[in-house]
Amino acid sequence: MKQKSEQYCLGVESTADDFGVGIATFKGDILANASSGYIPEEGGIHPREAARHHAEAADQVLEEALQKADIKPKDLAIIAFAQGPGLGPCLRTGATVARALASYLQIPLVGVNHSIAHIEIGKLATAAKDPVTLYVSGGNTMVTAYDCGRYRVFGETLDIALGNCLDVFAREAGLKHQKGLPLGAALEQLAAKGEKLVPLPYVVKGMDLSLSGLLTAATTALRKGSNRLEDICYSLQENAFSMVTEVTERALAHTEKKEGLLTGGVAANRRLQSMLAEIAEEHDARFSVVPKQFATDNGAMIAWTGVLAYTHGVVTPVEESFVKLRWRVDKVDVSWLK
Amino acid sequence: MAEVTWGTLLKKGAEASLFLADWHGRRVVVKARFPKKYRPVALDERIRSYRTAHEPQLMHDAKLAGVPTPTIFLVDVGNAAITMEFVEGKQIKQLLSSISRAERCELCVRIGELIGKLHGHGVIHGDLTTSNMILNGEGKVFLVDFGLGEKNTELEAKGVDLHLMKRALQSTHYEFAEECFQNVMHGYAAVLGEENARAVLEKIREIERRGRYVAERKEEA
Repeated sequence: MKQKSEQYCLGVESTADDFGVGIATFKGDILANASSGYIPEEGGIHPREAARHHAEAADQVLEEALQKADIKPKDLAIIAFAQGPGLGPCLRTGATVARALASYLQIPLVGVNHSIAHIEIGKLATAAKDPVTLYVSGGNTMVTAYDCGRYRVFGETLDIALGNCLDVFAREAGLKHQKGLPLGAALEQLAAKGEKLVPLPYVVKGMDLSLSGLLTAATTALRKGSNRLEDICYSLQENAFSMVTEVTERALAHTEKKEGLLTGGVAANRRLQSMLAEIAEEHDARFSVVPKQFATDNGAMIAWTGVLAYTHGVVTPVEESFVKLRWRVDKVDVSWLK
Repeated sequence: MAEVTWGTLLKKGAEASLFLADWHGRRVVVKARFPKKYRPVALDERIRSYRTAHEPQLMHDAKLAGVPTPTIFLVDVGNAAITMEFVEGKQIKQLLSSISRAERCELCVRIGELIGKLHGHGVIHGDLTTSNMILNGEGKVFLVDFGLGEKNTELEAKGVDLHLMKRALQSTHYEFAEECFQNVMHGYAAVLGEENARAVLEKIREIERRGRYVAERKEEA
């Protein structure tokens, strides 16, 4: 595991409700992936409360990661952190931790795009080389593929993210976020018991899609009370997943790439996995899903993407390490791919 | 009604497959939307029959607006298949990077004019990409694939339509996406007037801010 000559990168993730610290070797071994999640008492993520949680959890999570990797802070070669996109207060907390570590240890700091980290960890874990990626989480919904120096966005949501759509509905239905059972997973369990398809909107515009109308319609159906909750959950999932699958299939056909990758928090959903596997087969593409421990936000993906960036010339001076709340995937020069 | 044999597969797209066939001595395209196994049958049938029934109507409306579209010969909603004229030509997608800058600008202006004509008649294309535009041998630009379109006169719908055009240019023709889009908007303004074009551009900006398209606020330290 640990070798004397090995170089290590510590990655800090804090874009939303999870504070994570991961440690990766420059060769791509993930030695640690510690995290602490903020669970709101009610409602969605309150950015300031989440940031407070991160500040309080930081030292413990850091220590856990270093212990797990069995290395000392002085063994680290670089510090990577999620510079965006995400919630301002949360991002700033992680950035502060990362800056402090890098300055104290006098090692380089590398700002990483959180969305690209989701793609890169998926590729590392599944050995995908050049996939069409569907990245779906609480804050993001996009179909991307690499072309000429950047990950290009082929399709994305015009309004809310897929995970957000499912979470808000789950809360409306009275489900509670529990440790080990995120709202999306609770919804998935209910949906599995659904039988009847309740008519709901299906909105695909070109390669983009819109989920806000679907959420409103599902919530309205819920309040009317004339359908079983399981049936509405089922219908919501089927509609939303069919929409992202249709867009992904279009991107596969358009780019003619032979690999498909599903990543991000919603990637853990088995129904979505099965839909994507189906279209991949249809287009003779190899389909992979990011492993569960790397599906939700995590520090390991930041650490690994930090390695990729740093070894290809990217360093972020402290004075340029301000957080970027809406940092788009297609604004990042991906120097490690060609 | 004469049976149409589906002939040889021309293109297997994501949403439909195109077959080149012979119909009463004419070369025709049969556009067939096959069932998608990933979606529930009820949802799948709803989507396929809706698109099959609406696409020909929109193509007809587009013609009334003065926008060339393939002539429809036969609509088979049950099989989700449309038989239409085979437009011989080149996809704009393939042309854009192989022609001169002046030709490219001129072509984009013409595309903008076509979109202006559509919007002026309340037709939203729904999937404005350069793969859905064909330049035929006589130099006429045809718009195809209205499957995701709708009849709508709202500014919002026009904004999304052009926003998709912009996005398609950015993801596929990033080297000259900006210039192309500006020219599209020139053509659009030539048909609908500067004021309408400005309103749509403002709408596009609003749509971009709504989603995750721009860093609308100055990045904070």
